[in-house]
Amino acid sequence: MAYRYFATPRRKFIIADTPGHIQYTRNMVTGASTADLAVVLVDARNGLTEQSRRHAFLATLLRVPHLVLAINKMDLVGYDAARFEQIAEEFTAFAAKLDIRDLTFIPISALHGDNVVQRSASMPWYDGPSLLHHLEHVHIASDRNLIDARFPVQYVIRPHQATDPELHDYRGYAGQVAGGVLKPGDEVMHLPSGLTTTIQRIDTASGPAAEAYPPMSVTLLLADDLDVSRGDMFCRPHNQPPAAQDVQAMICWMTDARPLAVGSRLVLKHTTRTVKTIVRDLQYRIDVNTLHRDETASQLGLNEIGRVSLRTTQPLFCDPYARNRMTGGFILIDEASSATIGAGMITEAG
Amino acid sequence: MTAVRSDYLLSQLDVLEAESIHIMREVAAEFERPVLLFSGGKDSILMLALAERAFWPARIPFPVMHIDTGHNFDEVLDFRDRRVAELGIRLVVASVQEAIDDGRVTEESGRWASRNRLQTTSLLDGIAEHRFDAVFGGARRDEEKARAKERIFSFRDEFGQWDPKNQRPELWNVYNTRIHRGEHIRVFPLSNWTELDVWHYIEREGLEIPAIYFAHQRAVFERDGILLADNRHVVRADDEPIFEASVRYRTVGDMTCTGAVESTAVTIAEVIAEIGATRITERGQTRADDRASEAAMEDRKREGYF
Repeated sequence: MAYRYFATPRRKFIIADTPGHIQYTRNMVTGASTADLAVVLVDARNGLTEQSRRHAFLATLLRVPHLVLAINKMDLVGYDAARFEQIAEEFTAFAAKLDIRDLTFIPISALHGDNVVQRSASMPWYDGPSLLHHLEHVHIASDRNLIDARFPVQYVIRPHQATDPELHDYRGYAGQVAGGVLKPGDEVMHLPSGLTTTIQRIDTASGPAAEAYPPMSVTLLLADDLDVSRGDMFCRPHNQPPAAQDVQAMICWMTDARPLAVGSRLVLKHTTRTVKTIVRDLQYRIDVNTLHRDETASQLGLNEIGRVSLRTTQPLFCDPYARNRMTGGFILIDEASSATIGAGMITEAG
Repeated sequence: MTAVRSDYLLSQLDVLEAESIHIMREVAAEFERPVLLFSGGKDSILMLALAERAFWPARIPFPVMHIDTGHNFDEVLDFRDRRVAELGIRLVVASVQEAIDDGRVTEESGRWASRNRLQTTSLLDGIAEHRFDAVFGGARRDEEKARAKERIFSFRDEFGQWDPKNQRPELWNVYNTRIHRGEHIRVFPLSNWTELDVWHYIEREGLEIPAIYFAHQRAVFERDGILLADNRHVVRADDEPIFEASVRYRTVGDMTCTGAVESTAVTIAEVIAEIGATRITERGQTRADDRASEAAMEDRKREGYF
């Protein structure tokens, strides 16, 4: 998997270039984890394939907020509107099984440039945007969670400078805002203690800020002296994430060195907190091509996806992944090899 | 930095800055002995400025290391020493000359003789000697093909080697920092910055950079399409006449392999205008070391290069 960069006067783009075959499912999952938009290419001659369904499913599983079905090689089907409609309808029927928030169909010919940058003169029946126009204008600002205040504590800043009275008592909690909007004067709750205090100031590299929201990296200064360390969480008193030791999650398994099975012991890293976990139950393995759920499955192998119940040694302050990608996703690490061997998306916690 | 906006939108530069700061804090929190590689080039200057911001008002909680080829631009060394003093941090120098004197490496010979590749030994020796477990590098993914596929937290085995076929999957902003004794992680907080992003940020934040990044008169000669400064470390052939030109540097590295480009840009805005108009990458245009072969960078990276 490689990352490529390009910019237009309107936006900068990062392309996560991942191969499409089933043996690269883990690469696709990785690329999708940070994507704002996914483009699934369909050959107009062949229509939907197993691969296009799989890609759409993975983009949905990772909650990529925008999906484009680019129906390519329209030149080879005579720029036929009926063919385009037929594929779009077939996909819409399939998509009913998925939770897709924003779906766009664009007929293109990459070879001739039809509807890639400019609207095509060969397809006057299509009145939507070109692919690039869509990429440049799709509204991505609303995809972050600006409702549930979530601030995982990443690092404690203590200058320890006895000579400067201003810095002598400085104690700031640094981190990246994972949800909501924080302002000086806001009442916040510290987890796990459940104690409340007030945000006195929000520091950034260039001075105090009036507010902080995702994905800003800031430092919080509090009105009260609490015992706070890395892995803790700040939220609002009336909007707390569950402190869960039992979570249900969809897992993508990423190694062939060992399978995931009931009883597997793993290291789990979620926001800034690392805990140990044991697999309590495997409810089903999902066929990524057909979406069929195999409830008799006893393990997950490389590139396989399934739903599990996990028990953790310490509580996780988490949200369902569908509500917040930052507080709903985690990675699984093999304790002996230290390799990253799985990715998880929380479906339920508590 | 962050202008307050009612729609909660951050500029592209603000998003990149927030990501880099998050990465640096993650390293400071999870590793015992991090170090930041500092060459005096614009990318490491940016990286150091971001580190300053990540831990402000505290000092940067790790030292910087310079891999000194002995073929430096004087302006760059002066800049390095001044910056380190300002920040009150420790400077570790790993010297290629010492490695040559000790017989750990053998100096190359020939027309394109360079100490570029020899830096790998000094780098790995420096990491081992100081038992560094996380090493910040200023590499960007838009620079070059091998770098485009590298992770932000990139695992190195006990020999300092990179295995591009066996990299750790990297999801969201959750980084796997676990290693065994003797292994280390190379961390690239500028992975998602492009050359233009770096210049725009330097301009916006008013960061100081060495004068050689701006157009100046210099005695140069041409070799294989690259303009090299006439200097004591390079032997010129008879058919390589010296001429005066107005040039600037796009990258700063070893004097023997870093080329200049003809330029009249004396301000950052003019530099940005020139970069915006070119389609050649900075390393392709000005680094002889990367031209050796298509796979030059990947081969060196596997061995443990930056």
